[in-house]
Amino acid sequence: MPRPEGATALVTGASKGIGAAIAKALAADGWLVAVNYRSDEAGARATVEAIEEAGGRAAAIGGDVADGPPDALFAAATEQLGPVLALVNNAGVRADNLAIQIEDEDWDAVIGTNLNAAFRMTKRAIRPMLKARYGRIVNIASVVGPRANAGQANYAAAKAGLIGMTKTVAHEVARRGITVNAVAPGFIETDMTKDLPEDVVKAVPARRAGKPEEVAAAVRFLASDDAAYVTGTTLFVDGGLSA
Amino acid sequence: MATAVTPEAVEKVVFDALPQFGADPSDITREATFEDLDVDSLDLAELSQIIEDEFGVQLKGDDVGKIKTVGDAIDLVVSRAG
Repeated sequence: MPRPEGATALVTGASKGIGAAIAKALAADGWLVAVNYRSDEAGARATVEAIEEAGGRAAAIGGDVADGPPDALFAAATEQLGPVLALVNNAGVRADNLAIQIEDEDWDAVIGTNLNAAFRMTKRAIRPMLKARYGRIVNIASVVGPRANAGQANYAAAKAGLIGMTKTVAHEVARRGITVNAVAPGFIETDMTKDLPEDVVKAVPARRAGKPEEVAAAVRFLASDDAAYVTGTTLFVDGGLSA
Repeated sequence: MATAVTPEAVEKVVFDALPQFGADPSDITREATFEDLDVDSLDLAELSQIIEDEFGVQLKGDDVGKIKTVGDAIDLVVSRAG
């Protein structure tokens, strides 16, 4: 079944970096895009403007996914654009430390945004997708989770959890034309990774950091009609890091 | 505004909804089991949402897990609304 008219993609954490690139890529593929942001309204507006300049349609929608029920986010996206038939759970936070030094609040904050919020968003998103017999959910996981990374036990747990959730939800809703997949970026050039040491790149077989647009291209594919038979999987965009 | 919950109104919504999950309309009765109608757990979860949208009655997963027949579902909705 082809994507219904007026289908909207809601991308969380889309004011900059990977999320902004995803929003632009989906808009270029014909999705109306709800550009969610927590605090960077200017960034979200810039993403919307870039989409509109390229001939697409988008709206900036504020709200912290960690704040609990996402009904308001979905209502805003639906009212301003159309039914949310694609969800990209991209919003993420880091609070790195060695496991022995991770405070409970830093554990909870990372699991709260990266995993709990993604579940609440997914649960809420499935509703209109079931009705439409069409849906695309893409969870932005990480190479960290499937792979160890000292200093990120909380982040790894959340991202590994996201991959587990992806598989099971995919299984539950597959017969309704809804696909659920994960994209696992490796070392990507964003604000979130700019404080990492440069020699991290030496461990990457491709010997370079990835670009947000390269992650976005994977999401664009998984959200497309071409990927209708791809579900429950994780697509690594990591320059070979996990190979 | 949600529709008033009467056994007749709930029965109509449920009977009307079931064919979209593949149930044969001629097999749909209050006594029919969801198993007989080939209506599975995802179908029931979706039926719960249709009921919530129509009547404003929320059914929890635990509730839905216990019902066996179409009549059980109708009675459950009516009792939850009361």
